[in-house]
Amino acid sequence: MPDKVSLTIDGRTVDAPAGSTILQAAQRANIYIPHLCHNDELKPYGACRLCLVEITHGKRTRQVASCIYEITEGLEVKTDTERVKNVRKLVVELMLARNPKHPAIRKIASKVGVEKTRFAVEIKGCILCGMCIRTCREVVGVNAISYKSRGFLREVATPFNESPTDCIACGSCAYVCPVDFIQMTEKNGVRTIWNTEFPLQKCKKCGRDIAPEKQLEYFRKKVNLPENHFDTCLHCR
Amino acid sequence: MKKLTTPKELRDLQAKIKESVNPDKSRIIICAGSGCLAYGTKKLIDGFEAEIEKQNLQDVVEVRTSGCHGFCERGPITLISPENVFYQKVGLNDAAEIIEKTVLNGEVIDRLLYVDPQTGEKIVHENEVAFYSKQTRNVLGSNSKIDPTKIEDYLAIDGYSALAKVLTESTPQGVIDEIIEANLRGRGGGGFPAGWKWDATRKAQGTPKYVICNADEGDPGAYMDRSVLEGNPHVVLEGMLIGAYAIGSSEGYIYVRNEYPLAVANITIAIEKARELGLLGENILGTDFCFDVKINRGGGAFVCGESSALFASIEGRAGEPRAKYIHATDRGLYDKPTCLNNVETWANVPLIINKGAKWYQGIGTENSKGTKIFALVGKINNTGLVEVPMGITLREIVFDIGGGIPKGRKFKAVQTGGPSGGCIPEEYLDMPVDFDELTKLGSMMGSGGMIVMDDRTCMVDVARYFLRFLEEESCGKCTPCREGVHQMRVILDRICEGNGQEGDIETLEWMGQAIADGSLCALGGSAPAPVLSTIRFFRDEYEAHIKDKKCPAGVCKDLITFTIDPETCNGCRLCFKPCPTDAISGEKKQVHVVDQEKCIQCGACFEVCKFDAVIVK
Repeated sequence: MPDKVSLTIDGRTVDAPAGSTILQAAQRANIYIPHLCHNDELKPYGACRLCLVEITHGKRTRQVASCIYEITEGLEVKTDTERVKNVRKLVVELMLARNPKHPAIRKIASKVGVEKTRFAVEIKGCILCGMCIRTCREVVGVNAISYKSRGFLREVATPFNESPTDCIACGSCAYVCPVDFIQMTEKNGVRTIWNTEFPLQKCKKCGRDIAPEKQLEYFRKKVNLPENHFDTCLHCR
Repeated sequence: MKKLTTPKELRDLQAKIKESVNPDKSRIIICAGSGCLAYGTKKLIDGFEAEIEKQNLQDVVEVRTSGCHGFCERGPITLISPENVFYQKVGLNDAAEIIEKTVLNGEVIDRLLYVDPQTGEKIVHENEVAFYSKQTRNVLGSNSKIDPTKIEDYLAIDGYSALAKVLTESTPQGVIDEIIEANLRGRGGGGFPAGWKWDATRKAQGTPKYVICNADEGDPGAYMDRSVLEGNPHVVLEGMLIGAYAIGSSEGYIYVRNEYPLAVANITIAIEKARELGLLGENILGTDFCFDVKINRGGGAFVCGESSALFASIEGRAGEPRAKYIHATDRGLYDKPTCLNNVETWANVPLIINKGAKWYQGIGTENSKGTKIFALVGKINNTGLVEVPMGITLREIVFDIGGGIPKGRKFKAVQTGGPSGGCIPEEYLDMPVDFDELTKLGSMMGSGGMIVMDDRTCMVDVARYFLRFLEEESCGKCTPCREGVHQMRVILDRICEGNGQEGDIETLEWMGQAIADGSLCALGGSAPAPVLSTIRFFRDEYEAHIKDKKCPAGVCKDLITFTIDPETCNGCRLCFKPCPTDAISGEKKQVHVVDQEKCIQCGACFEVCKFDAVIVK
């Protein structure tokens, strides 16, 4: 099996390692393809559909999500056909109908030539890219949040809408969210996320807040550190 | 019954069962499909059994229940054999009369006979009823010959002979070649050549390999698979066994929607009986071939009929499709090679093995071989399941077999392919129905749902109906489907409520193309079809709703008014009682008037008026 694969993107020949996706190959060649549900640390999901490109293989032409589609030798990719552009415009307008103001969406909107949405606006904030859930599952490994309901009623939620029992308040979900939908605050030695208060571990020497107790305990057990490892902060250790 | 350990034992058992049938004994065969059971035929069945008990006729006549006969409009249906007398719309208390007159005295009961609407003639025999005689019931025909809960009945019609033939005479590749030659295409809507799917699964790397029957049948109005699975579960099992042998699989799943309790019950019984005889399990008929099957019930999601969502569902996850760039035949259920086929596809397999690929090629068109079962429903005289060779025209199905539109109304359109398909107007009634022709009109044959519409159907409302259905059933993963179908529905609602705007049609057309191109799976990919096809063929109706704020078909409540014609109204007051808001006033024998403030456009007055004095505009 060859290590490198040669394909064309918008007429340019691009080489990329075998097993790469079209999006990865494009990024290596500095070719811009918009995307909102992709993160290099997460398994490709293919939900936002912004990264759609048109591929031709032999006689067959179709639209595929470039974040998922694995490159093959001689693949012809076009990132800017009319059909692809229309899908992007539609997706952006649909997202603006859920979240008209956030800069991350407005930035992509201006890149694809959309000023405003023609659709009925129902503010939801969350664009259901799934990155919070996927991060919690694939990177952190606690699976504290997931999707609730189907279709237009779909929401990111905690089990039974109650305080998430498995959450360690690491904040990765808030960090990875492209539209800052997940609220996380800290006050008086307590971190609040998902409507739940998580006490912060204080450094036994300097009194500074380190991180949520639950998060430190989870990491400590995961890499088998001694019980008092996080009693002091990095500065005091 | 003992386990069968050789093909010869199977043949001997089949012969023994056939011999045990007493040719002189009469049989009363009552259709016990879901449709007829809903009419209350349990009472009829009990009535027959009670009468036979009462008169001690056990040696003279026996009562049997069978699978769905397909002529659902005319249920309850009862066949009297050996004379092959066909009784329709049988009254639940008619048991005693039928036994007395027809079984014991050979007399035919006139009022239970089918009257041919063309000739006015009363038809006595089933095979002379036009609804049946114009069909080619290669698959469904067996339903009326068997009690689906009795494996002996299936053996009596040479059931499982195809399996024995394949195990003794063919190699797995040989079976695949036969199915490829027959050009059996998937009956679930996709139309993919089954033989090639089997071939790819056979060649794929990885074990175990899975064989799946997709019985999730979710299209509104479609119930072909239900009747096959309820009425002849063994033919599906036999098909899966043959497929599993060809592919090299020993594990199968039947994914059946939970809303089909009779199908679930009957397939469960069938699997038990097949296991008893050793037709499922280890060393089937004494060979090395092992195969068994599990039943998975759906949880009420249309999207789980999509193959990758179905796999997720079996795996215990929420039914969410994934991109199909990697084929299920390579990595499907549990990431193993999987061959998924529809109920009707599996049901065609034993037929092809028994009669040969060449015979099968003699039915249908060049690229669409064999018969297809359609659920003919809606504004049609002969509602029911219709099995015809592919290539037959829409006109023949709707008028020759379907008997045309009831109440003398005019044909307007026929909707095919469920939520993935489109509406076809009168000018295309002579189109042949097969996998490829209807796509030229922006529709598709789909899984077989065929909804007939008359002049009182609003095509904009039809589009809205399908969008509401899909909006609810969308899994919600991808933006174009989840948000796009929702916003399309919002626009359609506005149009039907009288708030349509200039540019709405163009917006729908633009959205439709983008949603079709951008969606992750075929639910979203085909969601725009009903909207786009109704715009294509009935654009004037959309324009009337938007520009004139009128619904020409008289359906959209916000755009219609009910008034009473003073010339025709004779003041009989019949419309007073059914009116839920007391909106009608007027003295006896004086012209009645509808108070528009109170009227909620329910249409009750229109339905009851004997003088056609209520005008809907």
